[in-house]
Amino acid sequence: MIRYLIRRVILLIATLWVTSMLIFGLTQLLPGDIARLQLGRDASPAQLSAFRERYNLDAPPIEQYIVWLGGFISGQWGVSYSSGNPPVRPLVFDRLENTLRLGVLTLLLSVPLSILLGVLAGLRENSPIDSLISVFSLGVVGLPEFVTGIVLISVFALGLGWLPATSLVRDTYSLGEWLRILILPAITATLVLLGYISRMTRAGVIEELKKAYVRTAILKGLPYRQVILKHVLRNALLPTITVIALSVGWLIGGLIVIENVFNFPGLGVLLVEAVKQKNIPVLQAVVMVIVFFLALSNLIADLLYAALNPRIRLE
Amino acid sequence: MAVIEVRDLTIEYQLGGHWYPAIHQIDLTIDTGEIHGLVGESGSGKSTLGLALMRYLPANARIASGSIRLDGDDLVAKRPEDMTRIWGEKLSLVPQNPLAALNPSYSIGEQISEITRQHQGLSRKAAWDRAVEMLRQVKIADPHIVARRYPHQLSGGMLQRVTIAMALSTRPRLLVLDEPTTALDVTTQAAILDLFRDLIREQGAAALYISHDLATVAQLCDQITVLYSGEIMSTAKIERIFHAPLHPYTVGLLGSIPRHIEATETRLPTIDGIAPSLTDRGVGCVFASRCPIALERCHQEKPPLEAADQGRSVRCHRWREILAGEVSVITPPQAMIPTVAPREGYVLRAERLDKTFDSPSLFDRLFRRRAASVRAVDQVSLQIRARSTFGLVGESGSGKTTLARAIVALDPADSGELTLLDLPLPRHLDQRGREALCNLQMVFQNPNDTLNPFLTIGQTLGRTIQRLDGRQKTASAIRARVLELLQAVRLPETYADRYPSELSGGEKQRVAIARAFAANPALVVADEPTSSLDVSVQAVILNLLKDLRAEQGASYLLISHDLDVVAYLSDWIAVMYLGQIMETGTPSQVYQTPSHPYTEALVSAIPSPDPSVKRAIVRLEGEVPSPRDLPTGCRFHTRCPRKLGSICEQQAPPMQDAGWGHLIRCHIPIADLITLQTS
Repeated sequence: MIRYLIRRVILLIATLWVTSMLIFGLTQLLPGDIARLQLGRDASPAQLSAFRERYNLDAPPIEQYIVWLGGFISGQWGVSYSSGNPPVRPLVFDRLENTLRLGVLTLLLSVPLSILLGVLAGLRENSPIDSLISVFSLGVVGLPEFVTGIVLISVFALGLGWLPATSLVRDTYSLGEWLRILILPAITATLVLLGYISRMTRAGVIEELKKAYVRTAILKGLPYRQVILKHVLRNALLPTITVIALSVGWLIGGLIVIENVFNFPGLGVLLVEAVKQKNIPVLQAVVMVIVFFLALSNLIADLLYAALNPRIRLE
Repeated sequence: MAVIEVRDLTIEYQLGGHWYPAIHQIDLTIDTGEIHGLVGESGSGKSTLGLALMRYLPANARIASGSIRLDGDDLVAKRPEDMTRIWGEKLSLVPQNPLAALNPSYSIGEQISEITRQHQGLSRKAAWDRAVEMLRQVKIADPHIVARRYPHQLSGGMLQRVTIAMALSTRPRLLVLDEPTTALDVTTQAAILDLFRDLIREQGAAALYISHDLATVAQLCDQITVLYSGEIMSTAKIERIFHAPLHPYTVGLLGSIPRHIEATETRLPTIDGIAPSLTDRGVGCVFASRCPIALERCHQEKPPLEAADQGRSVRCHRWREILAGEVSVITPPQAMIPTVAPREGYVLRAERLDKTFDSPSLFDRLFRRRAASVRAVDQVSLQIRARSTFGLVGESGSGKTTLARAIVALDPADSGELTLLDLPLPRHLDQRGREALCNLQMVFQNPNDTLNPFLTIGQTLGRTIQRLDGRQKTASAIRARVLELLQAVRLPETYADRYPSELSGGEKQRVAIARAFAANPALVVADEPTSSLDVSVQAVILNLLKDLRAEQGASYLLISHDLDVVAYLSDWIAVMYLGQIMETGTPSQVYQTPSHPYTEALVSAIPSPDPSVKRAIVRLEGEVPSPRDLPTGCRFHTRCPRKLGSICEQQAPPMQDAGWGHLIRCHIPIADLITLQTS
């Protein structure tokens, strides 16, 4: 198990390293001169060379990469190109915190609900309950986030006035105030995930119910509840874990549409802004953070998978 | 005293909105201490009946009538909730394929102990101790350690012992054993059968032993019921049914088992045709369509199950004539197409073939470690004469399939020389010419997996003909060749337009054989070609292989775990163990003394379909060692009942010549082997 863990951590570091090369290489390929793009057509040669000097743009790419990576690892993430040159790290971390709040709440809502629905549907394959759950979960997956988001806003914020329509974030918020802001975007994201996770759970349950060990468990005289909860779910939920891990990546970096609809200051919006403004230091940092969390959630999923599945654990 | 008493039981399956009887008016009684054999071919309903005895039915089945009394208590009236108190407590199942029947995610100890926790209210600790004790009773070494293992870490034989331990841990009244040894090697099977016999007697339980294999039933059971198409054909004490079978179906089943004593010039008697489908049973005897002595009456009127002599009952209009010997069910051995004597010269020669599997992980690569490797085939040489059959036998893990795959280049050998028809044969498939492909073809074990379900039989065969024949052929020429091939494997021409799903297992295997013969091969490699088939179908395929050899002049490399099948068809046999050939010779040389101690154990483990045959029993101890960690010296020394001493552990034994080309890889001198094995 320790060896497995070490191996997985080495893989995680390798993933981040490859990503760093990719993201750095891709930003090198951007057309045009970064200094001129940032400073505009009227910038003087002196201003341009000062900009290049400041961001180390004249050095050979390899050297730029090493300096950037070294800085990144040691926590010096540089400053943004945007006006006032705010430092990148606090900027990204602020947004990451918001995103994590939203992500955690979404997982707390979506995972138990979709597993419950998936198990119910799987245990009663082709029954009316199954059809109802399937129609509902596939239906909401088909709806784009901006539609569900806007519907939720019109009903709960504009119509009933229970919740705020936009997400103004202050550091001083209490947990209750946070929840008021987060609940609508979290429900919107939950509706997207619900279909994927519950379909996967349903498929897992149906698949496992066909296996011979289920018959063995029944013919041992175990009560039905124990057969399902102990024997079937232990195996049926394994593929679901992988899907949940993949959705964590989406929650960290992919909530752009939801963040836009709710005007929520998260990482996704920051990423889009950085791309639009060719703000390379911010872009690189955000991508690295997203990939780190994606890789980390996969690592956790794999460890969980291994802990639940002796066939992997002991190899 | 009757433990279980089944009266007039009819079970129906729902197909397309209609209910059809799958089990028809069964009466069955099993007494305390009795092991009752339930025999039938696939589709006969034997597993359905066995599970119905436990009041367990598939979702689309129902009990239409009848009663199942367990110690006088009728199970038919019980609800599933009531059954949880009886299942595992009074009724236990020993399932087929134990690896699938155990939960992969829980340890062996947990899976055994949850039964006693449930039914006897034992504490976690007490139940665990009981589980370890049960593992000891089924003769598992180091039960403490095994209890903490998971199913995938144990071999098939060990797992089957675990399921027995599980089934017996509550001292049930009735044990249902559903083909428990089908997936096991003969040596393991023999040990498991010994264990069943002892434990069932010891516990005073009753047992229903379901099997398609008459030989294991003969060795284990007291009483036997033969099932066909969901109806009982006959019941009898074991000795009576084997020595004087009354039903034509039983006679046919017994006749179709190949026995190595038989002269290889005769055909195996077969039961032609297939069983009627569930939806189309007709009014007469269900067996009439395949019965060699059926009368007009048999097609019109269903015979009753009548009591014959000595507690036997039989369902046949003509049993009195069969008993009196007035009618013979088995047609006298048909004249075989004369076997052409093996030609001089070799069709295939393999010199010092080696095949090692290593699977270095990413971790191994990063740190440049040597990965654990498996030497599956180790310096194997063999020669196959033209127009002959070379049989290769061994337990699972012996490397026999790897050797075959290396020869046909599915997994190319690492080193060694191959010669096909006196021309060098490259080890890799992409270097082999079309000529070599035509001359070297393969028939696989499971015909269900080898035919493309979306192509008709004609298209499948046509593709092969097109691919292997270099020239462009016209559609009509291909069609003509397809029909020719179908005729060669005794299938009607109409089969060219059928899809694989419309064929039975035996018919699919015939198509697979036809495909192998599409380009007039010199050598056909057949890997367990009959092991997934019923005995009656196996006999048809074995006869066909024999005929084709004579007609087409091909040779076979026949691989099987079944020594009798190999002996029936082969001119030459090699016995493999852990990647090496331990003994090689003609079938009679290999079967008789002197032989390698491993061969001796293999031969003695074959259950005989004759219950009165008691062979001198040599049982192998332990498991086949892991090929990752081969024993030093002689590879067989860890299990050898005739081990000499440290020489066997330290030195690789020589190939000794016992005369006439009969070779034995053993330290024991030939003369001593003869003395040891004849005494």
